[in-house]
Amino acid sequence: MKIVLSLATRIATAVPSLIGVIVVTFLLARALPGDAAVYYAGSSATPESIAQVRKALGLDKPLWFQFGDYASRLAHGDLGTSLSSGQPVLHDLVARLPASMELTLCALLFAMAIGLPLGIAAATRPGKAIDHICRVIVSVGAAFPTFFVALGLVYVFYFRLGIAPEPLGRLNDTYFTVPPTVTGFYLIDTILAGDLAAFDASLAQLVLPSISLGLFALAPIARIARASMLASLSSDFCRTARAMGLSRTRIVYGYALRNAMLPVVNILGMVFSFLLGANVLVEQVFAWPGIGAYAVNAVITSDYAAVQGFVLMMAILYILLNLAVDLAVAAIDPRVRYDG
Amino acid sequence: MTSSPDTTPLLQARGVSKRYPVGAFHRKMLHAVDDVDLTIAEGECVGLVGESGCGKSTLARVLARLVDSSAGEIHLSGQDIGHIPTRAFGGTPMRKDIQVVFQDPTESLNPGFTVLQAITDPLTRLIGGSAGDMRKMALQALEDVGLPAEYAGRYPHQLSGGQKARVGIARAIAVNPKLVVLDEPTSALDVSVQSLVLHLLAKLRKQRNMSYLFVSHDLNVVRLLCDKIAVMYLGRIVEFGPSHSVFFDPKHPYTRALLDAIPDPARENSPRTKLEGSASSPIDPNQNACRLSGRCPVEMPVCSQVMPQLIALGAQRQVACHRAEGLPESTRSKTEAVAS
Repeated sequence: MKIVLSLATRIATAVPSLIGVIVVTFLLARALPGDAAVYYAGSSATPESIAQVRKALGLDKPLWFQFGDYASRLAHGDLGTSLSSGQPVLHDLVARLPASMELTLCALLFAMAIGLPLGIAAATRPGKAIDHICRVIVSVGAAFPTFFVALGLVYVFYFRLGIAPEPLGRLNDTYFTVPPTVTGFYLIDTILAGDLAAFDASLAQLVLPSISLGLFALAPIARIARASMLASLSSDFCRTARAMGLSRTRIVYGYALRNAMLPVVNILGMVFSFLLGANVLVEQVFAWPGIGAYAVNAVITSDYAAVQGFVLMMAILYILLNLAVDLAVAAIDPRVRYDG
Repeated sequence: MTSSPDTTPLLQARGVSKRYPVGAFHRKMLHAVDDVDLTIAEGECVGLVGESGCGKSTLARVLARLVDSSAGEIHLSGQDIGHIPTRAFGGTPMRKDIQVVFQDPTESLNPGFTVLQAITDPLTRLIGGSAGDMRKMALQALEDVGLPAEYAGRYPHQLSGGQKARVGIARAIAVNPKLVVLDEPTSALDVSVQSLVLHLLAKLRKQRNMSYLFVSHDLNVVRLLCDKIAVMYLGRIVEFGPSHSVFFDPKHPYTRALLDAIPDPARENSPRTKLEGSASSPIDPNQNACRLSGRCPVEMPVCSQVMPQLIALGAQRQVACHRAEGLPESTRSKTEAVAS
């Protein structure tokens, strides 16, 4: 009961920020260089046809009127219609978001699976070989641009070695049937459809983009894990635990790790939002039908409804993400648990 | 109070030294503890005093087998424990015989553990048994330190400083140690709580027949709690003896200066021994001179040429001073001090 209540208050406090996001993106979208009417009237447009398009799009009305119109539609769950795809924005987002989420989550899993053990191993053996290896990997991961890593991986593993499948989207639909959409995550949907061959294929498609995206996330995770683990291991309560005669394994995993996880969980939330942004480049390289490519295209074509819908969705995602991080922190740290 | 000479003392240290390499290429040595002999009989409380940086905490940690010594022997109940590396000592049955209570009660408790978990964790490791037994022993220890059983489920951040100090003590005594090393256990507490904790420590020692090594810079606390006092200066013990006689009739000029430094309105106009300057560097000190040489108010030419050894003075006292025999009468008389 108490938890439900504190959750509800927390979500309620996010409402003002959502309203702010709606207003700011509306204004920002209009402040973008470029004129939607000119763009959609085409290259051979006359001033009359441009004016006609402008009127059809409702862009001749005053700004406050446009906003009122937008807000009232939004209240009914209507994000408007994308000018470039001709589809409702909500439909586009729902269709494309799972692709990006699947990629981002896989990248995050990869980064955690490598970064956490690496950081912990480096912290338990500072100055030793594993520590230097960790430092090198972290520097490489942080220094190389994501698209460069992505292109390099494609070159080596697809073009040279031929191990990886063609970097063309989520599933090659000439050989495999796209599973019926349940969650939108191909890895889950293929299993639900019982199509293991398609599961393997979509997993193979995911490997390279996940690694290129995950390398970028690996650096902060490993760094923070190492630093907070070092701090935790040299803390007084770990020294006390040693004095009590507890085993090294117990001290590292029972005492130090749990307390070192706090900064790591916090950084995970930030890394996740970075990744959603960094998606754009990786999606371009791998022709991934995700949300990043859609957003870039919407900005270029001054597709107001699509830009606004995208930013609003991202804002909601971040709010949910922060909530998840807070819940995870409360689960780890008893000090936050009772203070709501 | 003191054991007869033919019985084996509980803890006997001979020639214990701890040196840390410092400086460029580790060419210099910091002599934190230098050639220390110390004996603690069963059920005895030995106080270790000295100014900050004199090596008393290092000595306590070496004796508690938290820090490896550079030289010397340490015997526990006649068994040589000095040669066991500290990393391996946690796995030996002797670990439960020497327990440590640390200075900062807040920092030395794992914030993720409840009081009960904090006590049962070392219990399970050092004694072992069913969860019910562990719980029973932990609750008994809590009761002994005067904490009601309902505190068992609380987290450290829900306790006051004095309560945390009690938890730290309960955790150390729960395994029934023979020797408890108390590293300034009350210095982080306010004065009223200090006295409660000190009385508790005195009571527990009688109840459980434990020996204490009590590290402190508060001479009054040491006098109240301890049977014997060891005074340390720059890594060496300069005076050792029954606390009453050391306190009221100090033989070493450093001990006298230390005692005279205690603020006491009753002695406002009486002459005091005051040390000029500050302690010389513990890095590669001159081994052919008294450590106090240069600061000593009663220095002789021999003091800068020969290091005075700790020699017996009467049956129970030991002093390391060339003038030990011929020192002028102490500035504080017995009656005066008792009255204050």
